Amino acid sequence: MRKLIETIDLTYHYRSGTKDEVKALDSVSMNVFQGEILAVTGQNGSGKSTLARHFNALLTPSRGEVFVKGLSTSEKNNVKEIRKIVGMVFQNPDNQLVSSIVEEDIAFGPENLGLPQAEIIERVDWALRTLNLESLRREAPHNLSEGQKQQVAIAGVLAMKPECIVLDEPTAHLDPRGRREVLENVLRLNREEGITIVFLTHFMNEVIHCDRMLVMENGSIKMQGPPVEIFRKSSELKNTGLDIPVASRIAEGLLREGFKIRADIIHTEELIDCLCQLKSST
Amino acid sequence: MPIEVINLNHSYKEGTPFEKQVLFDINLVIDDGEFVGIIGPTRSGKTTLAQHFNALHIPRRGKVLVDGVDTKDKQADLITVRHRVGYVFQNPDYQLFAPTVGEDIAFGPLNQKLPGSEVEKKVREAMDQVGLDYKTLYNRDIFALSGGQKRRAAIAGVLACRPRILVLDDVTAGLDPRGREDILAVIRKLHRRQNITIIFISNSMDEVASMAERIIVIDGGRVLMDDTTKKVFARFVELRSIGLELPEVSVLIDELQQAGFKLPDGILSVNEALHSISSALREMEAQK
Repeated sequence: MRKLIETIDLTYHYRSGTKDEVKALDSVSMNVFQGEILAVTGQNGSGKSTLARHFNALLTPSRGEVFVKGLSTSEKNNVKEIRKIVGMVFQNPDNQLVSSIVEEDIAFGPENLGLPQAEIIERVDWALRTLNLESLRREAPHNLSEGQKQQVAIAGVLAMKPECIVLDEPTAHLDPRGRREVLENVLRLNREEGITIVFLTHFMNEVIHCDRMLVMENGSIKMQGPPVEIFRKSSELKNTGLDIPVASRIAEGLLREGFKIRADIIHTEELIDCLCQLKSST
Repeated sequence: MPIEVINLNHSYKEGTPFEKQVLFDINLVIDDGEFVGIIGPTRSGKTTLAQHFNALHIPRRGKVLVDGVDTKDKQADLITVRHRVGYVFQNPDYQLFAPTVGEDIAFGPLNQKLPGSEVEKKVREAMDQVGLDYKTLYNRDIFALSGGQKRRAAIAGVLACRPRILVLDDVTAGLDPRGREDILAVIRKLHRRQNITIIFISNSMDEVASMAERIIVIDGGRVLMDDTTKKVFARFVELRSIGLELPEVSVLIDELQQAGFKLPDGILSVNEALHSISSALREMEAQK
């Protein structure tokens, strides 16, 4: 697998050099691989957002290095290119939407890339189509639901045609439909458009759809691997203050009671399949 | 001290060309000591409705009675209403405004013109109720608090006014699982030990299912359902049609029932689910 983003011994201090200096990241070495969906979890204050903000040079390391396709983020001349490769979506879409009409908002990024008009229109169309937002094209962002606003913010980033999109808790303030639609679209961008995704979240039912997960604690990486493997180490995970998916908890309980259940269940559908097999074998 | 809502209608920008009605003919009663969940899609009117409970909104059409006091009565003592019905906003940054934790929480009692010793006592008690350490955090800079601590400080500020009713507007949004569980434990304790009426607005169906005894579902500014938690989540087709979901556990149970498992209705927690699945499996083994 090719590395798209690589951090080497990344340390970051807020208010560096003052008496209020706080170490937010402590020698973090990790990779984001091309084409994967990587979930980043961890308690509030564990360093998730600080790490994510290094991926497109919004922050640069106090010590260590971050490379995006081999380009060092500490090198000022690289920043423009890096931000074309890695786009960023924030928790609150109101901080990200700039125009009074949806399609103008989505055009904002491509316009700033200095693209010809025809190309801008084509990209806006493509972004709207890809995320199933065509019906919102001429709406005013303030008339949209929070979920729709977040989708428009994603479309704005998508129109820049990045290779990687980093989403910082994009579903934290959404209602159930908003959460589901954002998640579905993000998964689709990965599977159908091949866009690498870094997804910061507290919701374990979102994490289970990702290829790999990272658990942060006190500015370091505490665990990493496929969700199935991480959720098996449930006692370790509890110490980090994170949840276990509902299906895993029930499977674990049934296993303890002596039923023949697979130990690697994280999805509801897997648990149902497994129970149905058990039912037909009795 | 119940809340009674009678034929309540509400429009924003009333009397202008931009007038938009957001609440339609709402009627409900919330009794003392209840734990009521309010759910609904974004912009359904949940918050607007709840802000009528402590006179942040005054009805133009219809009325709201808090402990018999009509909030639109010109003689009504709205300060007392707002002390009785505390409102905790979703975003603690909108609520916290003083430089330190102690000063912020003391704001309410100071406005009640209580003597200094009494104010300090109330601040201490409020911090204790939400699990904030008085000694170490009283002088702490508000900006130095974590997300979860900020929510607790916001709740403490409201508790210091000794409300009998607490409205919590999506107070766990954006918190990590442990932070969320801590806040929920604080809320449960306030309800059980002090019998404070809780009105709990949330976007998390799992949370509402685990906390509330009764649920009011709002959609398009109307009360769509108002029933016990179990009965509301049994109407999942309707809930899904307005963009809500079931608690994760209920989804699993529903699908297992469809696959032929004999499981009781109304299961909302992991423990109940585990227990009933394991008995169903044992029963099948026994029949073999």
